Amino acid sequence: MKQAPDFRLPSGPGQYVSLKELRGKPVILVFYPADWSPVCGDQLALYNEVLPEFAKYGAQLVGISVDGPWCHRAYQDARKLRFPLLADFEPKGEVARRYGVYDAAAGTTQRALFVLDDQGMIRWRYVSDPAVNPGAEGILTALEELKQPGGVHEPA
Amino acid sequence: MSRRDNRAQLTVPVGPDDHSIGREDAPLTLVEYGDFQCPHCGRAYPTVKELQRRLGAQLRFVFRQFPLTMIHPEAEHAAEAAEAAAVQRAFWQMHDRLFERQFALDDDHLVEYADELGLDSERIRGELAAGTYTANVREDFMGGIKSGVNGTPTFYINGVRYDGGYDLESLLTALGSAAAVAAT
Repeated sequence: MKQAPDFRLPSGPGQYVSLKELRGKPVILVFYPADWSPVCGDQLALYNEVLPEFAKYGAQLVGISVDGPWCHRAYQDARKLRFPLLADFEPKGEVARRYGVYDAAAGTTQRALFVLDDQGMIRWRYVSDPAVNPGAEGILTALEELKQPGGVHEPA
Repeated sequence: MSRRDNRAQLTVPVGPDDHSIGREDAPLTLVEYGDFQCPHCGRAYPTVKELQRRLGAQLRFVFRQFPLTMIHPEAEHAAEAAEAAAVQRAFWQMHDRLFERQFALDDDHLVEYADELGLDSERIRGELAAGTYTANVREDFMGGIKSGVNGTPTFYINGVRYDGGYDLESLLTALGSAAAVAAT
């Protein structure tokens, strides 16, 4: 278990979200390769539907890709996404690199999930095949484990 | 790093509450998590029909609700209309009608389809307005999430998620292998 690297990224034109601000509740970080690609669309659309379940754990979900804030804004509006999309845009992929999930060959983040506890410790991580939508079950299981006393899941 | 299996398993077993067509003791059970407004599900619909025609008594087909309501605003009521029809013993008629008229799924059309199928359509209109089946649909949805449904349609063949294409040949091949396993 280790501390999640802090970051501050644009969540829209002129708006920022820092990881520190989210301290005090579980955080789900969803790194995904790109706005608009069909698999990501399904994945984020799925999380959009599952948000009420994440909310039961008090968890905040944020999406992160290398797309810019205006691109995120258009994508978010088009898909009615009810969670922030952060732009790991400049320097490109910097945050993804710090989390070890940057795909330099593709120039995008990998498709990766992190569940942080309310202290910002990484309690679960999962890197998916970029073409496969990892679903929500792993996130829900990790959130459930956060509630268990001593129920630490060590990422291997 | 991961505890997830490559091939997710169906965590909610097929049971008496399911919408199921085919023999209970069929060697093959195909479960679809679907959304009536999803174009991919719409394209898979005639394929599933063809599978049923070809495999006959070998195949039991089960449909579970998985509406992605934010991108498909009419999917929730379409799902609830199918549940309402099920209470009037017409789930499959409504299921078929919804996929065949996927281009028109607003409430007025849902009620019209109920009429055409000879159902008590005013009752269905009331049940849609009251959200009578909202919880049932959500229960299917969450069961799907726990089973690793990651989009629509998602199929399970004898309880194991099928990750291949939705074309007839791919599905027939996968069902054929599952049948061979089931026979051993």
